[in-house]
Amino acid sequence: MMRVEEKLFQNRYRVDGARAHIEIVDGDVCAVHCQDKPCTFCCPAGCYAMDNGGRVTVITDGCLECGTCRVICGEHRNVRWEYPRGGYGILFKFG
Amino acid sequence: MSEHFDAIVVGAGPAGNSAAYTLAKAGLKVLQIERGEYSGSKNVQGAILYSDALEKIMPDFRDDAPLERHVVEQRMWILDDESYIGGTYRSANFSKPPYNRYTIIRSQFDRWFSKKVRDAGALVVCETTVLDLHMDGRRVVGVRTDRDNGSVYADVVILADGVNSLLARKAGFHGELKPKDVALAVKEIHFLPEQTIEERFSVKGTEGVVIEMAGRITQGMVGTGFLYTNKESVTIGIGCLLSDFKKSGIAPYALLEQMKAHPAIRPLLDGGEMKEYTAHLIPEGGYNAIPAIYGDGWLMVGDAGMFVNAVHREGSNLAMTTGRIAAETIIDLKARGKPMTARHLAAYRKALDGTFVMKDMKKYRDVPAVMDKNRQFFTDYPHLVSQAARTILTVDGVDKKTKERAIRKEFARTRSTLGLFADAFKLWRAFE
Ligand SMILES: Cc1cc2nc3c(=O)[nH]c(=O)nc-3n(C[C@H](O)[C@H](O)[C@H](O)COP(=O)(O)OP(=O)(O)OC[C@H]3O[C@@H](n4cnc5c(N)ncnc54)[C@H](O)[C@@H]3O)c2cc1C
Ligand code: SF4
Ligand code: SF4
Repeated sequence: MMRVEEKLFQNRYRVDGARAHIEIVDGDVCAVHCQDKPCTFCCPAGCYAMDNGGRVTVITDGCLECGTCRVICGEHRNVRWEYPRGGYGILFKFG
Repeated sequence: MSEHFDAIVVGAGPAGNSAAYTLAKAGLKVLQIERGEYSGSKNVQGAILYSDALEKIMPDFRDDAPLERHVVEQRMWILDDESYIGGTYRSANFSKPPYNRYTIIRSQFDRWFSKKVRDAGALVVCETTVLDLHMDGRRVVGVRTDRDNGSVYADVVILADGVNSLLARKAGFHGELKPKDVALAVKEIHFLPEQTIEERFSVKGTEGVVIEMAGRITQGMVGTGFLYTNKESVTIGIGCLLSDFKKSGIAPYALLEQMKAHPAIRPLLDGGEMKEYTAHLIPEGGYNAIPAIYGDGWLMVGDAGMFVNAVHREGSNLAMTTGRIAAETIIDLKARGKPMTARHLAAYRKALDGTFVMKDMKKYRDVPAVMDKNRQFFTDYPHLVSQAARTILTVDGVDKKTKERAIRKEFARTRSTLGLFADAFKLWRAFE
């Protein structure tokens, strides 16, 4: 079974080092109030991870800009979600 | 950028390109803004292109559009864990030009379309993200981009920014998407020699095959899978409701991997080289989830307005048609010297009501709810149907009548006879 990292390796990105386009607003909401932490298993690029203490972090380098994490966090509205700056982010070769 | 335009189009997918092209052709001063490196670099589709919608915008598109294969054969597969049962429709009529549908590769197709938009006279600016709308009271008067001095103004703004529709959300035109109203689809493209594709799918020249799939591959979630043939590649993907992904805990990429490993599917990909992995949301809330699609100084087209017919996997054609009709509405108002107020732009919604777009959306309005409440369509039935086929087709000395009785019993055991009738009725009502 191919891992998600291997899949993403095939893609082309122009990463914006200056700014992450997606951020978690309040880490405590994830750790304390969000039972299921759906972003950690619904993100198709595996950008979200949870550590042993239940803290959730997001690294957007592999992001496919789908919007899933924002929609799935509807109850808590804890994801600040913007598109990357023009020209940055995922560059689909085929789409 | 401080000029004033007749219209600004945000987004260069099929909806935005159709709108900008139609407006520019009519001589309006159009600015189109796209955040991608070029039109298509952010966009994902299966992808089937339906000719009719594009023909109405550009009758001679076949002359130079990057088309992969014309579809001559459609297969519908219902899969259980080991097998599939299905139907095939292949007709020589599909091989008579002008062809009715094609497979395409979106990054190439959108790029081609975008060149047509430029040639028609629109100013197309890429690598520029629109951050929000400029409002004058309730009226949209322009957009703010991430360029320096990046504000631009126009009489009307067409929101063609796709399913996430951030701009309208920020402006408060509609609320956040609900997980039950969108499907998350993941997809890969696998390259194979042309000859291999011809042999494997029994096609020649530019003929192509599409396979739509349902059943165990979605692991109980409401969704479908697909496999389409391009010239030198096949695309394979699977999409399920986001609310179901949330409930099931199944990672989308794992679901795709399991689908690829299915004994009926694996051989079709054998020897291929995977060159891209993509994901995208599909608005599947249907008619009942369509938000406000016009207001003072703005119109909304394509995925942003939920214009997808999930039952028939149509989206790009609805995008093109809504884009064209939005443009035609603006052209007409301008010709008559009318302001772009909500009252006048209501003509857009009215015109749409008369097309296949709204008629089909209305026809299938109950499908999302019926699917949601009747999980057996995605769980029990595929297995039952496939088991029935196996029982009938296995030559093992048991007479056919006994076999039929056994099948009936198995169906009734899983779903009571009454349940079976009720299901048939619900399906019929939803699709009728
Ligand atoms: C996996 C999959 C398979 C599909 N298969 C089919 C199929 O076979 N046939 C079919 O007809 N339909 C299919 N669809 C649906 C179809 O792809 C969509 O309906 C169609 O692309 C919608 O077009 P659009 O122009 O509205 O949106 P999009 O194509 O999403 O275009 C939106 C554009 O706006 C740009 N944009 C967004 N926000 C901003 C901003 N703030 N500033 C600047 N630019 C912005 C984006 O970069 C993008 O270029 C499929 C969809 C998916 C995901
Ligand atoms: S879904 Fe939202 S609140 Fe829950 S863990 Fe993820 S980001 Fe945090
Ligand atoms: S937008 Fe999609 S790919 Fe990007 S982090 Fe969110 S869920 Fe993951």
